[in-house]
Order: sequence, then C-alpha cells, then structure tokens
Amino acid sequence: MTTAMASETPLVVKDLQVYYHTRRGPVKAVDGVSFELKRGERLGLVGESGSGKSTIALALMMAHKEPARIEGGSILLNGSNLLEDNDEQVRLRRLSEIAMVPQGALNSLNPVMRIRDQVIDGLKDHNVRMSDGEFSQRVAELLESVGLDRDVASRFPHELSGGMKQRVAIAIAISMNPSVIIADEPTSALDVVVQKQVVQTLREVQERIGAAAIMIGHDMGLMAQFASRIGIMYGGKIAEIGPVADIFKNPKHPYTQLLISSLPDTRSKRRLEGIPGLPPSLLRPPPGCIFHTRCPEAMEVCMQEIPATRELDENRFAACHLYGDEDGREVAL
Amino acid sequence: MTVDYVLRRLGMFVLIIFVAGTLNFAIPRLRPTNPVEERMNQLLQQAGGVHIANVEQMIERYEERFGLKNPLWLQYANYWIALSRLDFGQSIAYFPADVTKEVRRAMPWTLGLVGVTTVMAAVIGSFFGAWLGWTRTPIAISFVVPLLLIVTAVPFYLLGLLMLWMFTVFWPILPGGGAHDPLIAPALDLRTVLDIVKHAILPAGAIILSSIGFWGLGMRGMMVTTMGDDFIKLAEFKGLKERRIFVRYAVRNALLPQVTGLAINLGFVVSGSVLVEVLFAYPGIGNLLYTAITSNDYFLIQGVLMYVIFAVGLMLFVVDMIYPLIDPRIRYRSA
Repeated sequence: MTTAMASETPLVVKDLQVYYHTRRGPVKAVDGVSFELKRGERLGLVGESGSGKSTIALALMMAHKEPARIEGGSILLNGSNLLEDNDEQVRLRRLSEIAMVPQGALNSLNPVMRIRDQVIDGLKDHNVRMSDGEFSQRVAELLESVGLDRDVASRFPHELSGGMKQRVAIAIAISMNPSVIIADEPTSALDVVVQKQVVQTLREVQERIGAAAIMIGHDMGLMAQFASRIGIMYGGKIAEIGPVADIFKNPKHPYTQLLISSLPDTRSKRRLEGIPGLPPSLLRPPPGCIFHTRCPEAMEVCMQEIPATRELDENRFAACHLYGDEDGREVAL
Repeated sequence: MTVDYVLRRLGMFVLIIFVAGTLNFAIPRLRPTNPVEERMNQLLQQAGGVHIANVEQMIERYEERFGLKNPLWLQYANYWIALSRLDFGQSIAYFPADVTKEVRRAMPWTLGLVGVTTVMAAVIGSFFGAWLGWTRTPIAISFVVPLLLIVTAVPFYLLGLLMLWMFTVFWPILPGGGAHDPLIAPALDLRTVLDIVKHAILPAGAIILSSIGFWGLGMRGMMVTTMGDDFIKLAEFKGLKERRIFVRYAVRNALLPQVTGLAINLGFVVSGSVLVEVLFAYPGIGNLLYTAITSNDYFLIQGVLMYVIFAVGLMLFVVDMIYPLIDPRIRYRSA
C-alpha cells in the first residue's frame, strides 16, 4: 500500500460508465470516460448542464445514489480499484485518499456543530488518535492554511460568510492529505471577488500537499486560472482534453471551438456566438457522434460511427471524425 | 448576554397570561344575561323542580364574590386579585368546593398519566420517525408507515374501546377504570405503586398509540428534508461512520422542531386528555373538565382554562430558554 500511496499517478479512470436507471430506460450520464491525473496536476472538467461532470465527481467519491449505477470501467485510486472495495473500505478511503470540496458550501456545514468538531470528526472516524490539545492544534493549522483565523474553530457555521465556509470545506478536504481533491463547482454560490480568492486558496493548498485535483465547473475564466489541463465534456463523454493554453488557443473539437468562441473577449468587439441547438437526450442518444446534431461540420460518417479518441498532439486528445490516422494515433479506451 | 433575552421572554410570558386572562374575563361578560342567575336557573331546571338546599346561598355567594353589581373596572381589578391568589371561585357541580381545590385534586393524576405518556409518545414516535426517514433503513421497515397512519387515523376513543374490550372482557387481566383500587389504602409502598401503574396501562396505551403516529410522521418528514441537505452530503464525502451521520448530523437537526412540539404539548398536558380519561374513568383534569362542561360548571371551566393558559405560556417560556442551547442559530442576544 505504501508504494501505491506514493504513486505518481494517483488517479486513473478507465472507460467509466455511470447510468441513471429510469423507468424509460438507462440515461447514460457518463458513457466511457477515461483520464489520468498525475501528482500535483490540476484538471478542469467543463461542460454544459447534464454533460455528466457532476456525476463523474459523485462516482469518484463512490457517493452516487440510486438510480445511478456504475455500469463499467474502473477507478484506480493509488493503484487500487475503488469499484472492488466494500462500503467500509470506500468510507475509509474517502477523505484520507480522495476528498471533495462540495458545491455551494453555504449549507454544507452542520448548523448545530462548531467548526472545530466538524473538522475533527472526519479525522476521528478515520482512526486518527490524538489528544484533545493535538486535535485543536491540528484544526488551527488547517484553518490558518486556508487563510482563516484560528478562532474560527469555536464558531458555528451561521457566524461565517460564504467564502469562509468554503474555506472551511477546503480545510476539511485537506485534513488528511489526500492524494486527490475533487472540487465540484466550489464557487457557485460566491461573488466574483471571493470566487477568485477561494480558487487561489484551493490551488495553494493543493500544491503544498502535492495532491492531484479535479475542478468541475463552467466558468472558463476560473478554469483557466486554476487548471493545468482542461477536459471538455459533452453528452457524457470527453470531447477533448489537453493543456489549458492549447485548448484556448487552438481548440480541435468543433464543440470546443464553439465553446471558446462563445466566450466574451475584451480586446475584440465581435458579436458573441452561442451554440445552436439543445443538448442531446442521454436516454436516446443520437447514433454516431453524439454532437453531430449541433455540429457545423457534421459529415455522413458522424451520423453512423462513434468517433475514436485520437492523440493529436502531445497530451492532446479529441474524439472527432475530422481527424484521421494521419493526424494522430487512436487511443484505446 | 442573557439577562436582556430572559427579561424579554419573561415579558412575553406575562403578556400572554395578561391577554388570555383578559379574554377569559371579557368573553363571558359580553353575554347579555347574568351568568350566575342563568346557571342557577339551569341548575333548577335540571333538578326538575326538586328543592335544592343551597341555591339561594349559591346565588348570594357568587354575586358577592364577583361583585356583579360593581362597575366593570372594579370587577376586572378584583378578577386579577382573585386570580393572583389562584382563586377561581367555587364549583357549581361540587359546591361548595373551591375550583382550585378540585383542580389540585385531579392534577397529579393527569400530570402522571398524560405527562408521562406525552413524553413517551414523543420519544418513541420520534425514534421511529428518525429510523423511517433514514435512507439506509431496510425497505422492509417501510411497512411501518401505513401502520402508523392507520393507528393515528383511528379515533382513539375507538382504539380505547377496543382495548377495554380486549383486556377487561376478552382477556380480563387489567382493571377497566379508575386510577387505583379503591380498596387499597393509598400509601407510598410498592403495592400501591404497582396498583396505580396497572390502572394506568390501558389509558396510557390508548394515548401513546393514538399520538405516536403524529410524532413519527412529523419526525420522518423532518428527516427526509434533512437528509437532502448539503451538510449530509459533505458528511458522507468526509467518510464519517454511518452512525455518526445518523445521530449527529441527521437526527440532531431533524429533532429541533420536535422539541418545540413537545414543549407545547407538555403545556397542554394540564388540560388532560378528556376522551381517554372519561372512557377509562380516570380522575384527572380531563374528567373534571368533562363533568364541568356537562353540568355547565362555568367557574370550573374557567379555572381549568386558566391553568392551561398558564402552563402553555410557561412551557413556551421554557422552550425559549432552552432553544438557544440546542440550536446555536438562535441566540440569547436581543437582536
């Protein structure tokens, strides 16, 4: 286990499939997603609502609820597959190996418990044995490391601002030095200035403990600030993934191109463009490439065959029929 | 920090008593007739013309006590003076006994029966509700919900009648009425205590069965709401033990409104449980109130009402005092 803990690639997701089983059939919210995270790496997952990004976060925490089920694939966390663990093993690996900074932290702390106790109970349930004084010391360190005063420990959640609560959530997430931190729209309920500070803090602590991080969201600006790599999700699949600068400068997938051109730009006065059409039904996804119904460059083949993911450049992957064997090798899922 | 808060709440308590007491004074006097004369006439009619010895004396005593010929402000002042001495006048049904004395005789039985059962129903019901609202409870348990609904929906005098028949006729193991065996001289020994408990089982069972669903369904509703809260999700992400999430995160928060409910219900305990007490011939306040109402014993009704007002007001005050201890969002501060 010790070698696995020190693994250089703490998270390897292979061909993950998560379906919501509804009365009308399975909704393929996550349909064959693969990616890897290296130590210290920050991945941003971007996509419109319903593209499956939050479902990935839940699945990685193994906190998905019925009717969601993981149908296939594997989640290798520090070299061992989460899907093969029993409930108690999964519970113990949460927080200690993989931690979550939740969405909208305004209500994510227990209103009747002091902050101190809410940091400590996670440690206690992971068999961390310390004296009361040592626990207090640890809580103070954690709070200060996310830019909070150590006095916050004795306060109740309602006495904190939204940004402070989100910092507490970050402090809890790093309390056991996990190797992976997931942040699911961690700033969704905060104002713009606080958003930037919270993301900055998240980045600092992530770098300090050397964890890999996934941030989920749709704010491309925040993503650019935080992530080293960006994955663009569409219809339960990763359409394109690559280093943040490349994605912004030279998007390969038509969906990414439309997404980037829909961003406001202060330097040019061009008209903003949206992406025509609506997201596809994941209950009855269109045949072939799931994006072909909205794609300006759709071809005959797009309606029949699901495009393979190709490595177009170093570290750049896209799943689109525009690219053939001469552009990059096919990557097995 | 707290003095201001306590004074405020105390002021509220006094205000409640004052307003309710004034209503208690004013409403009967809105009637166009002289209440004492009217009651006496009714009493004479009920007696069917048979001579009743004390009628003249009663009219005299009441006119004198309530000074009904006095101006209204003086009546009002005297009313409060009498109230402050817990003097509610004399009962008509039990003349010449004082209302206070009658209430005091019935009160211990009611406090014992209704007080204990109210707490038990709240605790058991909340426990069931918490369990039912916990998503990880086995599906098989959920059949308890319709069962609770049925027990709550059946009027409890019917439930009581059924229990009476079952345990006193069909399988006669319990006494059918009363609070204790009249043949046993009351003393503070085991025999008396066992006898009282034995007499209390049926009425207590009827009260608990009929109100447990109320507590259970309320708690279940709160649990379902709480389980959807973000802090439960974070607790799960933190890898906490199920038991801790259940007790410290879910139940602890879902219980808050139940505490208010319990306090208010405890306030109403002093009014007794009329149906149950009458059905099981239990000599508590409920029975007293029933007698008072059926015999138009106006002063007794008023007296019991004042006790209820006082008790509810007091319990609300107590809730205000303890609530900041269980919910930190409510502060002793005045703001």
